[in-house]
Parts: sequence; structure tokens; C-alpha cells
Amino acid sequence: MAHLSDLKLTYRIYMAAYRYRQFDWRPGAVLAKPLAESRIAIVTTAALHRPDQPAFDESIKGGDWSYRELPSDVDLSSLRVAHKSDAFDHTGVETDKNLALPLDRLRELAAERMIGEPAPRHFSFMGSIPAPGRLVDQTAPEVAAKLRDDGVDAVLLTPV
Amino acid sequence: MGLIQSVIERSGIPTVSVTVCKELTAKVRPPRALFVDRPFGYPLGAPSDAGLQTSIILAALSLLQRQVGEPLIVDF
Repeated sequence: MAHLSDLKLTYRIYMAAYRYRQFDWRPGAVLAKPLAESRIAIVTTAALHRPDQPAFDESIKGGDWSYRELPSDVDLSSLRVAHKSDAFDHTGVETDKNLALPLDRLRELAAERMIGEPAPRHFSFMGSIPAPGRLVDQTAPEVAAKLRDDGVDAVLLTPV
Repeated sequence: MGLIQSVIERSGIPTVSVTVCKELTAKVRPPRALFVDRPFGYPLGAPSDAGLQTSIILAALSLLQRQVGEPLIVDF
């Protein structure tokens, strides 16, 4: 199991001081149709981006609250990982982007009719945002609106 | 990530996340999370292990049909 104590000392100090913000999501939504008919989107905080998109900016104080849209047919092997921090091991995601953005797996599940289809767009954030004001007020609601525009039935979120 | 999840859920779309760290998830309290016993950086198990990745995804998606009033964390 991953524990906060697995992180290097500097990150543990940072996390110990981290003021976890919660957002009241209640009453909560529920998937009302079978998975086999559902359009599924992925939202990841693995900081993945296409080579033609700007990288995330780790120098922004309080964290980079922006996101990148990734089309469903994106070439996974072309994606870059913007996380430069050494807080965790990046080699797995670098080796196989499906570890955080499992588009190949969604395509296979759709072909096997276990899910309806992958959504046309998926979204990548940076994660580790100690000052999430603009994330909560601006970019996360923007992504939620795009997911609704795309007729997404459910969202799978993956950290790194 | 829990905040993004909570904003999306509040907008009316059901959400489920994968987590490798229960300590973090317990603090952010998102609606649904599948706990996968792997290190940071390995949320869907292992690179190039399609079978394991698919099992984790299906276990996570299976939680979507559960109406939750309180945060739900289930072990993979």
C-alpha cells in the first residue's frame, strides 16, 4: 500500500501542512443505465499532454490549475508526462500511458460490449494543487460542462 | 483529484476514482473510490499488464451503479 510516509521528506512535510479542501458533492449522482450502454470518460491527474499542447507549469505557486483535452483517438505513445517532481516513480506511466489514461483498455471493453463507448474527449490535470481555488471555481466546472456536452454517462478518475 | 471528482459528481455525472493511498482519499472524501494496493505512480496496477488494468477498471466502474450518500471506499 502507498502511504504518505513513502514520500520523500520534503513532500511529507508539505503534505503534513496541506490543508485538505473538500467539496460537497452530495446528494451524488448514480449511473442509471447499464455499463454496456454507457459512454465513459477518463479524467486523470497524471499531467499528460500532447506534444503540441503546452506542458503544465510546475513553477506556478499554488499549482497549475489548467487542464488539457485529449481526444479519444489520441496516440498514447506520443503523450508526454509533465510531472517532473521526484515525489513518486514515473517510469510505469512513461512505459505505458494506459497505467493512468487507459484508452486502449476502454476501446477493448467497448469492442467486447462491456461498456458502451469511450467518450470523444478525456481530460488531464496536473494534480497536487495546494491552492485549488481556481480549480474548483473555474477549470473543474469547465470540464464538467464539457463532459455533459459530450453526453458522458460516467467518469473514471485516475491519479498517479 | 478528489476535488475535481466532487465537482463533476455535483454537476450530475456519476464518478469513481482509483486510489493507491487511503490516507489521502479519507481526507478528501470523494463519492466513490476503489483502493488498489500499489505504489504511487501505479494506479492501474502495472504497465503493459492489460488483464490487471482491465480488472481494476471493471471493479471501479462496478461502483457507479451504487447510490452513495457518504464516501464509499472499496478495496480491489
